[in-house]
Amino acid sequence: MKKRVRRLFATLFAMLREVFDESAYQRFLLREKVAPSVASYAAFLAEYETVKARRPRCC
Amino acid sequence: MTDGVANEALTPSQTLRGPPVFATILATRHSPRTTGCMPKILRVLLWIAISLLGAVALATIALHRGEQIDALWLVVAAVCTYAVGYRFYSRFISAKVLALDPLRATPAERLENGRDFVPTNKWVVFGHHFAAIAGPGPLVGPVLAAQFGYLPGTLWIIAGAVLGGCVQDFVILLFSVRRDGKSLTEMAKTEIGRVGGVVAYGAVLSIIVILLGATALIVVNALKASPWGTFTIAMTMPIAVLMGVYLRRIRPGKVLETSLLGFVLVVAAIFGGQWVSETPAWAAVFTLSASTLAILIIAYGFAASSLPVWLLLTPRDYLSTFVKLGTISLLAVGIVVLRPSLHMPPLTRFADGNGPVFAGTIFPFAFITIACGAISGFHSLISSGTTPKLIRHEPETRFVGYGGMMAESMVAIMAMIAASVLQPGVYFAVNSPAGIVGQAPEAAATAISSWGFPVTAAQMASLAHAVGEQTLFNRTGGAPAFAVGMAQIFSSTLGGQTVMALWYHFAIMFEALFILTIIDAGTRVGRFMLQDALGHIWKPLGRTSWYPSILFTSAVIVAAWGNFLWQGIKDPLGGINSLWPLFGICNQLLATVALCVATTIIVKMGRARYVFVTLIPLAWLVAVTFTASWHKVLDPNPRIGFLSHARQLVAAGSNPRLVFNDRLDAAITAVLVVMVATILIESGMEWARVLSGSKMAEVREVPFVMTRLAIEERA
Repeated sequence: MKKRVRRLFATLFAMLREVFDESAYQRFLLREKVAPSVASYAAFLAEYETVKARRPRCC
Repeated sequence: MTDGVANEALTPSQTLRGPPVFATILATRHSPRTTGCMPKILRVLLWIAISLLGAVALATIALHRGEQIDALWLVVAAVCTYAVGYRFYSRFISAKVLALDPLRATPAERLENGRDFVPTNKWVVFGHHFAAIAGPGPLVGPVLAAQFGYLPGTLWIIAGAVLGGCVQDFVILLFSVRRDGKSLTEMAKTEIGRVGGVVAYGAVLSIIVILLGATALIVVNALKASPWGTFTIAMTMPIAVLMGVYLRRIRPGKVLETSLLGFVLVVAAIFGGQWVSETPAWAAVFTLSASTLAILIIAYGFAASSLPVWLLLTPRDYLSTFVKLGTISLLAVGIVVLRPSLHMPPLTRFADGNGPVFAGTIFPFAFITIACGAISGFHSLISSGTTPKLIRHEPETRFVGYGGMMAESMVAIMAMIAASVLQPGVYFAVNSPAGIVGQAPEAAATAISSWGFPVTAAQMASLAHAVGEQTLFNRTGGAPAFAVGMAQIFSSTLGGQTVMALWYHFAIMFEALFILTIIDAGTRVGRFMLQDALGHIWKPLGRTSWYPSILFTSAVIVAAWGNFLWQGIKDPLGGINSLWPLFGICNQLLATVALCVATTIIVKMGRARYVFVTLIPLAWLVAVTFTASWHKVLDPNPRIGFLSHARQLVAAGSNPRLVFNDRLDAAITAVLVVMVATILIESGMEWARVLSGSKMAEVREVPFVMTRLAIEERA
């Protein structure tokens, strides 16, 4: 039971991290092989602008 | 649950082509682990019980007359119907129509790059997809359609979602997955023809522009003469900038933490708004007219489109998502726990088409007013955008596509409940424009009471005082009515009347934040689309980082939706009456394009005998949108038809600008209908060619590649 609850919260947290692009930033760091920093986050946001900010939002 | 794709869905070649390990994967799909430990007889009895409960709930809401019913009946009817629809109908589509293939590698697996293509847990994709499709539409549409009573809207939300919206989102998601995550416009071009792509592109740009104008009007109507609401929303801008700086400079990448901080500041701004509204000097500063608010919102849209994305747009997006997910969850819990009674009758006299909120009969207007909660063409853009690039296994498209739309539909049911818990007199007082009931409170109350929905000016003044507003008359657009309903639901137990004003302004803040996020992101997306198109004419205009191009294209997009917003403010009948149906028509026309694409692919897949799954919703939408368009352009009633309204304005010697706006609306509607009719004809000819054998069916799926993820996960 405890394990299930823990797994539920882990999934929920993973969902939130994906929705809020924290996972995307982690993947960016892995892909670019750089450490988290102001510069790497700025580079991530620049990439975000070319990919995510171009998509229509739903009504 | 989502793994339950029957083996019968797979062709013999599919079942035989893999090594033995795949036979194991298929075999385990019917193992007790995936089908559950419950004996078959118990499962059958459980589904019979769910079906019967759903039928009883639907009968209760449909047949009850003269007495108030519990809101929980709407929830039970919806949940049971969604459960049956998901378990049986979506499973039928998965197995027989789409033949979901657990052995087929998805683009997330084949093209994994850590950026767009990332194999992701199905629950995570579900959350991501739901957060992307849930906008203000499912909240506003049902509130406006409640003028017919709760019954027509509720039945349309439930039936439309299960048979139309969920199916559209599911099949478009799957077809995009099988085409390396191609967008709807690309699929329309390759499967139907070049015209399909052009129509889809034109429809998307039109929808974005009209959507921005219509939703900006909702914010203006919610904030005009409301110092509390205006202050709170104004504060979200410096809060967003602060979040942007915090996120970029102080704690890079800590989005959840930053959003939580932003949320705390926004809640503080709600309390600050109360102080502002009670301090005469500050209240005067933040008491703004509709025109001033419109100018400020237009300026905001331009700034958000031109400024660096990290400074305003991204943090606001996160803040809005945080508040959105929290509030929707809170509202769901509140309705289930508090079980409010519905005061709105199941059907009102306005089924005859003379409604004060918007003019027009139930058919077709209820079905274009409620778009996002039942079926929304906009969703097909999300289903063919980010989501297909995250899907790990093909069978998960059912859970994400069909299931995600069910969740969205549930949000629409909650909005219908929030509108229907209000006393009908109060509902009509809030939602009726001054052009129909007059501006004086006594005159408006008398007019509304004469329709059989008693309300007094004193009652409205007391309610306005309780929620911290100067007046609640003529607050059209749906957002204030939703906020009053939500505040009423929560204040009945959580804090009582003393905190009703806080709940009301929380709801207003939530909706305005939601909508302003759509405005800033939408203006930017429109700007990118325009830059892409103009780049074909003159290359420098296509450069998205060239500032003259950024400023020029931002100005064009802002001017386009700003024109609709201005029109809505100056329209004497209350602009939402014209703009929301126009937006609904555009959105449903896009759904028509999406269903044309889906039907064409199903025919080409050789599964024409199952084509009804998309053809029935397509036929319904064609009937709805074409009838609605005819009425909006040519109806002799000036409250419905754009052209007759223009003629009335000319006869009265009104402002030529209003006449021009009506004619522009009529022209846009007509052009969109002709474009969609063209794509329908082109699709129909393609189906006829394939079915008659005069053309060989060629499905443009990427070739089959065996999955490796399934083996790794099993290991």
